[in-house]
Amino acid sequence: MKRLLLGDEAIALGAIHAGISGVYAYPGTPSTEITEFIQANATDVRSRWCTNEKTAMEAALGMSYAGKRALVCMKHVGMNVAADAFVNSAITGINGGLVVLAADDPSMHSSQNEQDSRFYGKFAMIPILEPSSQQEAYDIMPYAFALSEQMRLPVLMRVVTRLAHSRAGVEIATPMAQNQLNPDNERTHWVLLPGNARRQYASLVEKQAQLLKLAEESPYNKLSATERAPLGVVACGIAYNYVMENDPARLGVPVLKVSQYPLPEAAVKALAAQCDALLIAEDGQPVVEEQIKALLGTDYAVKGRLTGDLPRMGELTPDNVGAALGVVMEQSFTTAENVVPRPPALCQGCGHRDVYDALNRVAKEYADARIFGDIGCYTLGALPPFRAIDSCVDMGASITMAKGAADAGVHPAIAVIGDSTFTHSGMTGLLDAVNDNSRITIVISDNLTTAMTGGQDSAGTNKFEAICLGLGVDPAHVRVVVPLPKNMEEITRIIREEIEYEGVSVIIPRRECIQTLNRKLRKKRAQE
Amino acid sequence: MKKDIILAGVGGQGILTIATIIGDAAAVAGLSLKQAEVHGMSQRGGDVQSNLRLSTEEIHSDLIRQGTADLIISMEPMEALRYQDALAKDGWVVTSSHPYKNIPNYPDEKAMMAELCSLPHTAILPIEDVARDAGLPKCANVVLLGMAARYIEILSAEQLRESIGRVFASKGEKVVEMNCRAFDLGLNAVKE
Repeated sequence: MKRLLLGDEAIALGAIHAGISGVYAYPGTPSTEITEFIQANATDVRSRWCTNEKTAMEAALGMSYAGKRALVCMKHVGMNVAADAFVNSAITGINGGLVVLAADDPSMHSSQNEQDSRFYGKFAMIPILEPSSQQEAYDIMPYAFALSEQMRLPVLMRVVTRLAHSRAGVEIATPMAQNQLNPDNERTHWVLLPGNARRQYASLVEKQAQLLKLAEESPYNKLSATERAPLGVVACGIAYNYVMENDPARLGVPVLKVSQYPLPEAAVKALAAQCDALLIAEDGQPVVEEQIKALLGTDYAVKGRLTGDLPRMGELTPDNVGAALGVVMEQSFTTAENVVPRPPALCQGCGHRDVYDALNRVAKEYADARIFGDIGCYTLGALPPFRAIDSCVDMGASITMAKGAADAGVHPAIAVIGDSTFTHSGMTGLLDAVNDNSRITIVISDNLTTAMTGGQDSAGTNKFEAICLGLGVDPAHVRVVVPLPKNMEEITRIIREEIEYEGVSVIIPRRECIQTLNRKLRKKRAQE
Repeated sequence: MKKDIILAGVGGQGILTIATIIGDAAAVAGLSLKQAEVHGMSQRGGDVQSNLRLSTEEIHSDLIRQGTADLIISMEPMEALRYQDALAKDGWVVTSSHPYKNIPNYPDEKAMMAELCSLPHTAILPIEDVARDAGLPKCANVVLLGMAARYIEILSAEQLRESIGRVFASKGEKVVEMNCRAFDLGLNAVKE
């Protein structure tokens, strides 16, 4: 019997069966379940959460250096954090197989942008794999690690939300053993002094022809039987499913499925030669569409997101791909009238609620108060009834933006950041603020977990006062409170005092996340 | 044969449990299945939905095409209405009648229910009341599954009941028995 697996779980099981010795990751929707599955199902794989995507990428590179296979997982914006290590891992090359999994989020279901990670793969000049289904996501993992070891390069695997968070039956293969410890001895590969780096980069450039050849011959790229047709389709990754849902054989539309890059140019040209126009179906940004336009020249009709045949932004669906193929579906019912949006909200009883309640009370007393927010559940403080925050940009930006605004003269400049986000990317900003003696008030709203992604362990739990003192915050201005309605008077008084302090102060409201607390209580009750 | 189902509700109402039970039954029956879920931010009390596709043939898309859903199963009446444009002409809507009001601008209840009832094929029941009156307050979602069972067609009620046994097995016999009872309550409530 096939096993029902989420796309993320299929990736995780594929990696376990490909003999990984470690997974390194920071939680981020839609990638989180990969690491969670490995934590729950593979005791012989190192799997504790990392502090951020950069530390994850570097530790995985270290495991690869030592000869073992490692997987790194992150959401697309995590690639920005990991980018320094990621791009340079293509220059050092690898020893044990190294696969970097980036889960993109077209339509921004849980993200602040819809950047396409395939740009990063192209930028770093490494192979990219983009499975179209859960079965392929499982099957492609051992292939990805073998490809990585064959080419001595990291491999980027790119998925999107709809694959990561969709379940399907998956046929399971025989697991492989882990690699033996075998540290690399080629210092000239790993010490990227300019002299070595130039040689390594030349070697990477030289590998490009072989990477293209492998993509042309890949079992994961395939051109359907073709005859002369007005329109052909290049379908990348999950877009292949949306094309197939519209039955291209019935429409007389030949299809080139692309799941391995660099783009198989010979196959694209072969398809183009038989068609008058090509439609490029790819989820995310028009990465392939731009390449094919350059490849076929301006006289050839290339349609896609850039021409408006497919929407410029947002995820593909069987409907918008169908429309681009000329398939019109009959709609029996219109959109209902008596329906309103139901946005998410902070849970009842959540400590963040009391934090925002207190901040709003105090901020009201200052005409120019600005509250800089950050990434997590507490971003929901932007919505009614709180409407408390003025910004939310990227992990850690609350502290540094508050600092910059304070430098410019904003007062009070308040930062609100969660515990996990603080250790991810807030600590370095705090050091900047301390060194400049910036007049900012930082609220580390500590719920003892990484709540937004479902309650994973938070790297700094029980360490926050020590971290702040260690970075040089005056002990008199590191204040801990318990965010409960009954403590409102005390909390607002402390916020007022710290706003008036002419330097860096940190307030830590600390109360466990209501979701993780309830889960623990349920578990305890079940055991009794 | 295929069955495209939209499961709808508010974060925390337990629609993924319904999906798990149907999914398990489909896997045992050897059907093809794809089930797109919503994780992350929207689970915090926002609207959630899952596209559940069952077929005797290969399924390509994880998402259901507009105007082709055979069945909407919803834990909340407005959430059922949210997806009516996805419904096929002969599609069924099986929903709880109990509004979940965690937003200030919830639409006029009478107008909303009237619009819901104007759809040609609906089965509507106050599942929370039914579950509570039977002493099964935590099993309202399985009452709903029982109501939907006769419209799922591609799987029999018996196959779904067996799946409940497997899905809840780890929680003990009592929980299995309670959920089976909830399932039968729903099943019998919509008997012609």
